[in-house]
Amino acid sequence: MMSRKLATLPDGTTYRPSDGGLPRSLRPKRVVTVVTIVVLVVALLYFLAPIYWLVITSTKSNGDIVTSNGWWFAANNTVQNYVELMGWTQQMFWRWVANSVFYSATAGVVGTLVSVAAGYGLAKFAFPGRGAVQVVIMAGLLLPIALLTIPLYVVFHAIGLTNTIWAVIIPSCVSPFGVFLGRVYAQSSVPDEIIESARLDGAGEIRIFFGIVLKLLAPAMVTIFLFIFVATWNNFLLPLMMLNSPELKPVTLGLYGMMSYFNPQYGAVLQGALLGVVPLIILFLGLQKQWQSGLAAGAVKG
Amino acid sequence: MTTSVVDRGAAARPAQTPRRAGRAASRPGRRRTVLAGWGFLAPFAILFAFCFLIPIGVSIYQSFFRGVASGGGLYGGGELVNQFVGFENYVHYATSSAFWAGMGRVFLFGIVQVPLMILSALGLALLLDSASVRRVAGFRLGYFLPYAVPGVVAALIWTYMYNPQFSPINQVLGLFGGHIDFFAPNIILWSMANMTTWTFTGYNMLIFLAALQSIPHELYEAARMEGASEWTIVWAIKVPLVRNAMLLAVLLSIIGTVQLFNEPTVLQAVNPWMGADYTPMMMAYNTMMGGLSPSGDGPASAISILMALIAGVLAVGYALLQKKAD
Repeated sequence: MMSRKLATLPDGTTYRPSDGGLPRSLRPKRVVTVVTIVVLVVALLYFLAPIYWLVITSTKSNGDIVTSNGWWFAANNTVQNYVELMGWTQQMFWRWVANSVFYSATAGVVGTLVSVAAGYGLAKFAFPGRGAVQVVIMAGLLLPIALLTIPLYVVFHAIGLTNTIWAVIIPSCVSPFGVFLGRVYAQSSVPDEIIESARLDGAGEIRIFFGIVLKLLAPAMVTIFLFIFVATWNNFLLPLMMLNSPELKPVTLGLYGMMSYFNPQYGAVLQGALLGVVPLIILFLGLQKQWQSGLAAGAVKG
Repeated sequence: MTTSVVDRGAAARPAQTPRRAGRAASRPGRRRTVLAGWGFLAPFAILFAFCFLIPIGVSIYQSFFRGVASGGGLYGGGELVNQFVGFENYVHYATSSAFWAGMGRVFLFGIVQVPLMILSALGLALLLDSASVRRVAGFRLGYFLPYAVPGVVAALIWTYMYNPQFSPINQVLGLFGGHIDFFAPNIILWSMANMTTWTFTGYNMLIFLAALQSIPHELYEAARMEGASEWTIVWAIKVPLVRNAMLLAVLLSIIGTVQLFNEPTVLQAVNPWMGADYTPMMMAYNTMMGGLSPSGDGPASAISILMALIAGVLAVGYALLQKKAD
């Protein structure tokens, strides 16, 4: 763990730089360090084991799943499982994944713009009713979203929007958390001076927003986009209520439908689960910096 | 936390805007500010009204109605007619043993799972923040990864991992002569608690860790100079400073628990004995979709509203309790 590298001063002498952090007297005892690492590794195994098992098992046939060691490969049945998965879903599987991508990306883009605009409006303009609006939005942040789904279904059903893509996309665009984050960011990273000087130059409010403010709020927008994207991808109850055409299903709903088959090919279902999760995991790995700093902002500023 | 945010936000910065705008441009400028403010808010406000306020209003209204067969005879007959029934739907569920049995289950679930999850998350965050660990990034990512797995897919994976025919967990336990019947009626609730713990612990851990890492290190150094031990620093400095983040996490967990749906729904697909009303949210969904009687908009709305009220009371109760303890 300790770095053994030597550093060189301009005059040519070498020395061993301190390992950063703490002086020797304050370093934790060896026992403490070992116990800490052991606990952390055990926790890591708990969190990663199901994902590892998912990868292994998606390659197995039903017979091997029952008889072979659950934690290691058996005969490779991946191709048959894939064929089975496509057959069951009547070639719909990739369509479902594409639906999920489409719903999440559309809701993410629209929801982010709407949230950032609202956050900017709340942060930088004084207008009557602003305080009340903020209280309502904060209440919305704590409102159980699942409980809202039944009322939403009632309204969407009444106006004939159920079983359309709008039934999933429109509610997913509304993110009180996005507005909250947008407002926090607008307060801290859009200086009043820039807005005012743009106004003096004769720029309209809309031009200022699209030309200047959105650039300043880019980091917040990535975070809000990710947040809405993931929430939409993971949503299960809303599409379950709103959609019944197979062509409209997102992948979560499609996979749930496969669960209820009698005596399913487990490897095929699990392969579907794996393929349905991979896009999200890639997104998370690729945008680590963004969501970590976004969550941090939410935690610290909240 | 809510109030602090609103106070800080509303009071501190934007207060300057009107003053300055007033000085610069007086009346027309002020009107422009008001218009622009509402203009930027408008798209969200419209969506919010359409997806939050109107549905809640409609739902409250609907909860006083129930579909009744228009035929009127013993077996009804004819179309369903929406009839005003006053508080009948509410009375029905407030005195329904099935509703309270479901509520009891989620309550029992929450009272064990929420503290377990929050304390594990806090513990892991404190360990990662301690001086013993250098390479935090790998652990942090590993713990968080389950959050990237959609709840219903996580439930599906675990349901198969619990499967009595091939559970890989029992394969391991078998080496030591152990065995767990994950689907047994008195165990299934805890099998479910494990699913939500697995999904959300890392998420909460990450938020706590972010809060911990924003604490200035001078505070620790000062404490050490005074001779404080590592434990004292944890209890006297670190834990109090993540309190706000913890309060929010607990509130969101309470609210999440009351509306528990994905996990029991997936488990019910392979354990039909659980019934369509295992949790209140399942009851609301199945009432809406006609799987339970009475069914339809009115009764389902009444369940939703009762649940929202109970969730609200629990959340406010907890918040007040914590405030008192501080």
